[in-house]
Amino acid sequence: MILTLGEFSMLDISGIKRLQFDVLVIGAGGAGLSAAISASQEEGIRVGLVCKSLLGKAHTVMAEGGMAAALGNVDDRDDWKIHFRDTMRGGKMLNNWKMAEIHARNAPERVRELEHWGAVFDRTRDGLINQRNFGGHRYPRLAHVGDRTGLEMIRTLQDHGIHQGIDIQMECTALDILKDKSGKVSGIVSMYRETGEFIVFETKTLIFATGGAGKSWEVTSNSWEYTGDGYGMAYEAGAELIDMEFNQFHPTGMVWPPSVKGILVTEGVRGEGGILKNSEGKRFMFDYIPEKFANETADTEEEAARWLKGDKSARRPPELLTRDVVARAINTEVKAGRGSVHGGAYLDIATQRSAEDIKRKLPSMYHQFKILAELDITKEAMEVGPTCHYFMGGIKVDAETSMTNIDGLFACGEAAGGMHGANRLGGNSLSDLLVFGNLSGVEAAKYAKKLKSIPKSDDEDIKRIIKSATSILNREKGNNPYLIHEDLQKNMQYNVGIIRTKDEIADGIERIEKMKEEFKEVKAPGTSQFNPGWHEALALRNLLISSEAVAKSALLREESRGAHTREDFPTERKEWLEYNIINKKGTGGEMETVKVKRSEPDNELKRIASSSIEDLEKEVKLDHQK
Amino acid sequence: MKERDFKIYRGDDERGELVNYKCNVSEGMVVLDVIHRIQADQANDLACRWNCKAGKCGSCSVEINGKPRLACMTRMNELDDNETVVITPLKSFPVMKDIVSDVSWNYEQNQKIKPFSPSKKDTEKDFVMMQKDVDRVQHFRKCIECYLCQNMCHVIRDNEGKDKFAGPRYMTRLASLEMHPMDNADRIEDVKDLHGSGMCNITRCCTEVCPEEIQITDDAIIPLKERVVDRFYDPIMMLFRKLFGKKKETTN
Ligand SMILES: Cc1cc2nc3c(=O)[nH]c(=O)nc-3n(C[C@H](O)[C@H](O)[C@H](O)COP(=O)(O)OP(=O)(O)OC[C@H]3O[C@@H](n4cnc5c(N)ncnc54)[C@H](O)[C@@H]3O)c2cc1C
Ligand code: SF4
Ligand code: SF4
Ligand code: FES
Repeated sequence: MILTLGEFSMLDISGIKRLQFDVLVIGAGGAGLSAAISASQEEGIRVGLVCKSLLGKAHTVMAEGGMAAALGNVDDRDDWKIHFRDTMRGGKMLNNWKMAEIHARNAPERVRELEHWGAVFDRTRDGLINQRNFGGHRYPRLAHVGDRTGLEMIRTLQDHGIHQGIDIQMECTALDILKDKSGKVSGIVSMYRETGEFIVFETKTLIFATGGAGKSWEVTSNSWEYTGDGYGMAYEAGAELIDMEFNQFHPTGMVWPPSVKGILVTEGVRGEGGILKNSEGKRFMFDYIPEKFANETADTEEEAARWLKGDKSARRPPELLTRDVVARAINTEVKAGRGSVHGGAYLDIATQRSAEDIKRKLPSMYHQFKILAELDITKEAMEVGPTCHYFMGGIKVDAETSMTNIDGLFACGEAAGGMHGANRLGGNSLSDLLVFGNLSGVEAAKYAKKLKSIPKSDDEDIKRIIKSATSILNREKGNNPYLIHEDLQKNMQYNVGIIRTKDEIADGIERIEKMKEEFKEVKAPGTSQFNPGWHEALALRNLLISSEAVAKSALLREESRGAHTREDFPTERKEWLEYNIINKKGTGGEMETVKVKRSEPDNELKRIASSSIEDLEKEVKLDHQK
Repeated sequence: MKERDFKIYRGDDERGELVNYKCNVSEGMVVLDVIHRIQADQANDLACRWNCKAGKCGSCSVEINGKPRLACMTRMNELDDNETVVITPLKSFPVMKDIVSDVSWNYEQNQKIKPFSPSKKDTEKDFVMMQKDVDRVQHFRKCIECYLCQNMCHVIRDNEGKDKFAGPRYMTRLASLEMHPMDNADRIEDVKDLHGSGMCNITRCCTEVCPEEIQITDDAIIPLKERVVDRFYDPIMMLFRKLFGKKKETTN
C-alpha cells in the first residue's frame, strides 16, 4: 500500500503489509550482521535484518586500520588482561568494566571465527593472522587486511549471513518502535525507501545496531546514514542514552581540498611509522606526552626510530598516544599559528617507509590521496586535522545481555554505549561489533524463546508514526530539511566541538531548541518515491535528539576527560569518575539529563586495570607458562 | 569557482528525461559533490546513492558522459572544462529513480554461489596460510561491489545474457573461493553451468572500468575457464568420463 497525499486524515491501515519475527535486527553493519547470524543459529527463531542502504554498504565497510584482539601472533606477551588494561586506560577508567572485560576476553575467538567464515587477513611469517600497532595498544594487536579491514569484515559477514535463512530487507528505514500495553517491544514501523511504502514489522525483540550520529558535525568521517536513528528511536521509546558527551574526534582527517574535508586518514599510517610535524618542521608530539603515559612513551626521536625497527626494549612513539591526546595536540599547534598551509598538521610517511611498503600496507590511502587531493603520499606529507569520528556514548545496555531498560530492546555496536568510556582505542570498535553483535543475538534469541507470542501493538501508535512521517510531504510549504541540517552541523562544530566551554555549549543548546521548532514545520517537496529530501527530514528528528543529548551531557560534565574537553575545567576531576551521565525522555516530554552513580567494579578487574605494566607483564608470563 | 552545466536523468524506468542544472564548482570537487549541491539547493528529491565518499563502498556508481564511474572518485577537473557533464544511471539495470538503479539482480547471483567451505578439522585450530598463497585471493577481495564491471559487460548489457551469466564480479568471487587455500568445495561444474563462464569472450571491458584495478579477466576469469576446460573438455578426461561415467570424475 502506498500512502499518497491527502490520504492520512482518515488513515486506514488495514491493508498495510506486516511481517513477523522473533528477532529483528535494525542495521547491517558489522554489529547487525553478527547479531543476525548468531540469533539465526538458534533453532526455530525467525530472524530479520533491516538496513537503510544496500547490504554490504554500511559504515563498517569504511573501516581501515583493523580489529583489536589479543591473539598474540606477533608479540606473544599479549593477553586479554593487557588488552583490557589498555582499553580501560584509553577510556580514562570510565568504561563499563564488565563490557570491557567481555570484549577483551572474547575478541580473539570472534576474530578466528571470522577467519573461518572466509576472511583473509594479512599473514605473519608463520602464516598466522598478522597484527599491527595502533594508538594506545601495548603490542601489535590489530588484525588487518592492508587498510581495508572493514570491507573484509562486512563482506565476510554478508556472504556468510545470506546462507543462514535471515530475511533481509534492504533500503528500508525504521521509523519508530512499537510496544504493547505492558511496555514490551512489539514491533517497529518502517518505510521502503524506493517506494515510500510503509511496513509494520511485528517482533518479539529488536536489536539496534544502527551506528552513531557523526553527521551532527560539519567536519566528519561519517556518511549520510549516521544520523543517530537508533538513539532517537530508543529515546522516544523510553530507553536511556549514556555517555553522550564523549564524541571521538579522530586526529587525522583530510583537510584539503574543501570537498573532502573530514574524510578519514587511517591511524594505520602512524601505526606503520608515520610522524606528525608542524609548519616549522618540528615533530611536536614529544611536547604533548601526558604524565600518565610518560613511562610507556619514547621521549626522543632516536628511541622512536628504534621502536619502528622492532626493538622490543624501545618505547612507542608519541604519535601513537590515544586519539584524544593527538587530536588536541594538532588543534593546539594550529591555534598557535604552526599549522600546515590549509590549517592542519603534516603527516609524513614518505620519509619513514619505502614507496613499496607504503603502497602495500596502505593502498587505499595511497589511492585516496592520489585521486582526491592529487598528492603522492610516497613522496609528500599529507595535511591532516581532527574530524568527528565515533560515538563512545549510546543506548545504555546491560553488559551481560545487551538488553536496554525496555523489555525486548537490545543494542550493540556503535549504537550501544559504555564499553569505550571516555575514549575509544582504534581497532576496538570492529572487535566490539563482533563480540557484542554475537552476544546480543544469542541473548535476544533466548529472550524470544521465552515469549509465547509476539506482544500486541496498538494500531493508534502505528497511525501516529505514519502520520508524522507523511505530514512532512503533505505540508503546503515549510522549511528545507537540508538547510536545518547544515545549521545543526555548524552549531555542533562551533559550539560543541573538540574544545568546549560553558557559554558556547549553552548557546548551542539554545540554537538546537530553535531548530526543533523549525523542524516542526519541515517540508520535503516531491513524492514518496526514493525522495532524499524526505529521508533527510525523517533523519533530522534523530539528529536533533542526539545533538541535544550530546550538548546537555557536555554541559553537565564539568571536567575534561578523554574525548570531552572543557576549556573552563581543563583537568580530570576525581569526583566525576564516579558518575555517568544519562539522558532520557521526561514525563513532560522534555529531555532529562542526570548524573548517575556508577556501580563498584569487581576487585579483580580493578586490580588488573590499575597494575603497573611491568607487574602485569610478569603475571601474564606466569599465566602463559601454566 | 566556476559555473558549470549539467544534465541529469530524472525519471524512472518507464519515462524520464535529461534535466539541465547549473552549479558552481570549486577546487577539488568531485561529481558527487555537485549532485549533493544540486540536491540541497535546487532539487531536494533528486535520488542518488552514496555512503563513503572515498571509493570504498561502491554505492555511487553512475554513468558520467556515458562512462561507468564512481561519482565520488571522479574529479570535476578531469572532465573537459567547457563540456556539459551528463549524469545517467547504469544502463544494464532497471532504473529505480533518477540516477539510482535497481541492482538486486547482482545480489541474486551472489546467493547462488556455494559459500566458503573449510573442512571441520581445519576450523578446529588457527588457519596457517602463507602470505604468498593468499595474495591473489586478497587481490580479488578488494572488490567493493560497485557493479561497474557488471554494467559494462556486454553479455549482461544485452539482457538475454542475464539468465545465463553471473558476470565478472561473481567470476571474481568464484575465483577467490576456488583459490582460497582452506576451501574444500568444488564449484567448477557450477562455474560452467550455473554461472555461465562460457558466455565470457574475454573482451576485457570489465577490467578496464574496475576502480579497484582488479585483473578480472586475466587473473580470475581465464584461470576459471582453464579449470573448466581441464575438467570437461580435456580429451583424456572426456574419454575417462565416457568409460567410467560422470559421477566418478566430478568427485575426484
Ligand atoms: C572511515 C572510518 C574508518 C574506521 N576505521 C576503523 C578501524 O580501523 N577499526 C575500528 O575498530 N573501527 C573503525 N571505525 C569505526 C567503525 O567502523 C564503526 O564504529 C563501526 O563500523 C560501526 O559498526 P556498526 O555495526 O555499529 O554500525 P554500521 O556499520 O554503521 O551500520 C549501521 C547500520 O544501521 C543501519 N541503520 C541506521 N539507521 C537505520 C534506520 N533508521 N533504519 C534501518 N537501518 C538503519 C544502516 O543502514 C547500517 O546498515 C572507522 C570508522 C570510519 C568512519
Ligand atoms: S571479459 Fe568477459 S566478463 Fe569481462 S566484459 Fe568481456 S565478456 Fe564480460
Ligand atoms: S570487480 Fe571491480 S568493477 Fe567489479 S564490482 Fe568489484 S570493484 Fe566494482
Ligand atoms: S560513495 Fe562510496 S564508493 Fe562512492
